[in-house]
Amino acid sequence: MTTSTSTVAPPAPETRHVAVRPPRRQGWLRRLPLLPALVFVVVVTQIPFLLTVWYSLQSWNLLHPGTRHFVGLRNYRTIFSDSIFRTAIGNTLLFTVAPVILSIVIGTCIALLLDRRVFGRGVLRTLIISPFLVMPAAAALVWKFTILDPVFGMLNYVLKPFGVHHVDWINTHSQATIITVLTWQWTPFMVLIVLAGLQSQSQDILEAARVDGAGAFRIFRSLTLPHLRPYLELGILLGSIYIVQAFDAIFMITSGGPGQKTTNLPYYIYEVAFRAFDIGRASAMGVVVVIATIVIATLALRLVSSLFSDEGMHR
Amino acid sequence: MNVGSTAVAGLSNRSRRRRLTLRVVAAGAVMTLALSACSSSKHSSGSSTGSSGSTTIKVAVVDNPLMTTIEKLTSSGFSASHPNVKVKFVTLDENTLRDQVTKDVAAGGGQFDVVMIGPNDIPTWSKNGWIKDLTSYASDTNYDVNDIIKPIRDALSSSGKLYAVPFYGESSFLMYRKDLLQAAGVTMPANPTWQQVADIAKKLNNPSKGVSGICLRGKTGWGENLAALDTVVNTFGGQWFNMSWDPQLTSPAFQEAVTFYVNLIHDAGETGAANDGFNECLNNMEQGKSAMWYDATVAASTLDAPPSPIAGKLGFAPAPVVKTSASGWLWAWALSIEGSSKHADAAWQFMNWATSKDYIKYDAQKNGWAAVPPGTRVSTYQNPEYQKAAGDFAALTLKSIQSVDVNHPGVDPQPYSGIQYVGIPEFADLGTKVSQEMTAAIAGQESVSSALSKSQGYAKQVAQSYK
Repeated sequence: MTTSTSTVAPPAPETRHVAVRPPRRQGWLRRLPLLPALVFVVVVTQIPFLLTVWYSLQSWNLLHPGTRHFVGLRNYRTIFSDSIFRTAIGNTLLFTVAPVILSIVIGTCIALLLDRRVFGRGVLRTLIISPFLVMPAAAALVWKFTILDPVFGMLNYVLKPFGVHHVDWINTHSQATIITVLTWQWTPFMVLIVLAGLQSQSQDILEAARVDGAGAFRIFRSLTLPHLRPYLELGILLGSIYIVQAFDAIFMITSGGPGQKTTNLPYYIYEVAFRAFDIGRASAMGVVVVIATIVIATLALRLVSSLFSDEGMHR
Repeated sequence: MNVGSTAVAGLSNRSRRRRLTLRVVAAGAVMTLALSACSSSKHSSGSSTGSSGSTTIKVAVVDNPLMTTIEKLTSSGFSASHPNVKVKFVTLDENTLRDQVTKDVAAGGGQFDVVMIGPNDIPTWSKNGWIKDLTSYASDTNYDVNDIIKPIRDALSSSGKLYAVPFYGESSFLMYRKDLLQAAGVTMPANPTWQQVADIAKKLNNPSKGVSGICLRGKTGWGENLAALDTVVNTFGGQWFNMSWDPQLTSPAFQEAVTFYVNLIHDAGETGAANDGFNECLNNMEQGKSAMWYDATVAASTLDAPPSPIAGKLGFAPAPVVKTSASGWLWAWALSIEGSSKHADAAWQFMNWATSKDYIKYDAQKNGWAAVPPGTRVSTYQNPEYQKAAGDFAALTLKSIQSVDVNHPGVDPQPYSGIQYVGIPEFADLGTKVSQEMTAAIAGQESVSSALSKSQGYAKQVAQSYK
């Protein structure tokens, strides 16, 4: 979804400056083939969003049929005084930032290793990518029951010789569990992106650097890392967009608990919408989340962008 | 990957600012998509009429052992005699099932025809027209509706009309391993108190052998840990709301009960109790990892019947008490027809078969008498073969079911009905939030008093509309 829009759209505005402005009718004719895509995007994203905004202005609980009425901004007042909503915001930040950073660091390390000529590289690469291919719900169950279970889990079995007995990982380290599972799941994605970057690096430059007597670390710091920058940026961006919505792992492994320790915004909205059936309040939360995401993402990206160009790391 | 690298190439050229905006808008679009998927889900009708005149009905059930049995028996037992009705099962865990089914009936989605619900749903759901009145269907003499045990039948009725038929009914009691108690030199009193049970549990607790003294539910879900915990609260003299709907979760009795429950788990409970619900404890008992278990009476039908490795080693005692004379809960997993179902007749044919005397006999032929669905029909308990096979737990199950008082289970009067739940529609949400706090306390992540004071806050919000 995201990638395709960003690849298709950019060239259009730039050609306008170069080419002589075509007559209006011809312009529309040219845009005609794009129209179905535009209509599709509006239908599947914007209309539901407007509906969500409309729902958010109503008191509407499915458990009390016939009581639906317009309440203005009351739902918004309720959610901002809701302590669980604030907890969920904090958790969402934690469950986005930590897995993204961890998976990009680990992913880069693995990609650097995979970029070398080693025996069985094809097999290794497939194995590394497999966590990304396993269905998230199935992966969550494997983590919950085969790895982290306090009685039958493999982790406790492996750690037994080291004096670790029957640790209930999921409940005593619930946040770390979710971060680990998300990192495990998204590292392969980062590996793929970084590996593509590494393989597009010109061997001539690397060889020249080696002839000039640069060590491996120096080459990485001064040549490879600047080259990888756009790839890392893309990895962080896509990673954040996907991981901010993390739901499967939380739903399957911890159900947002214990307490509200692992309740993030998507899970809390799910609870309000499908357990309390408070459609009005859930919609208001959805709207707040969308606005907050757009604002924060814009600011964060500008910051990251300017940091990188100020350092003069532009290739 | 192709897409990824093209996008990268696109990013690395000049006009960064514009791309930036684009990316943010794209990000927003993705979020919007995800959220609006939640708010405007419409389901295609789950059932359809086939070309050969056959009807397909969709049945949503809980993933408990007896329900998996009916799924297996349906093809040979039901489909053979009803070739025109095809049954599709959707099996979900308890929490998910409740969310899915409530969503479906409340929104009139028609995703399922037959849904498995409990007594707590009956008053509101019948009032809202979310489930169909079954009185005329059930009046069929062959079905013999009066054979259904009265407290269960009453719990599934509302203003004299029957809205659901029970697949199995249950109360709660204490199951214990006779062999382990004997080896430890302790005996179980005929009507144990919770203090006595706690003492025995501590004696039987043997972590070095991997055996816990008792298995208690800790898993989040109002039908999971709160079910067991609420019966303890009742008998300790606590309650959720007093007669003027003031939440009582921080009252001394409530606090004492929860502290007792949590301490018992810490002192003699199973490891990882915070993950354990009915099915997990059932597994623990079967594997010999727990010496006692306080839970649903229906568990005995699985534990004390072959092929269970501990069949015949089990003893049973009534639900432990403190200040009340009985403390068992009342529950039935019952089948009802969604109000929006277009295949009510076909759905009833299936429900009729699944809750009939004949099904019980058929199940007995295939899996033995001890394993048939308990707690539904008086005739089952009068059957000499059942008495012989399930003698150890049958009589106690019936007695426990008959000794409950849904409207006054605790010491003080309460303004709601329900023993292990509060019979109001908001309880699914309130109960789940409170049970999350209880899980945190059981996992040692939070103190009992802070868990309860948070819970009191959630209960206050709900109580406002009842005052």
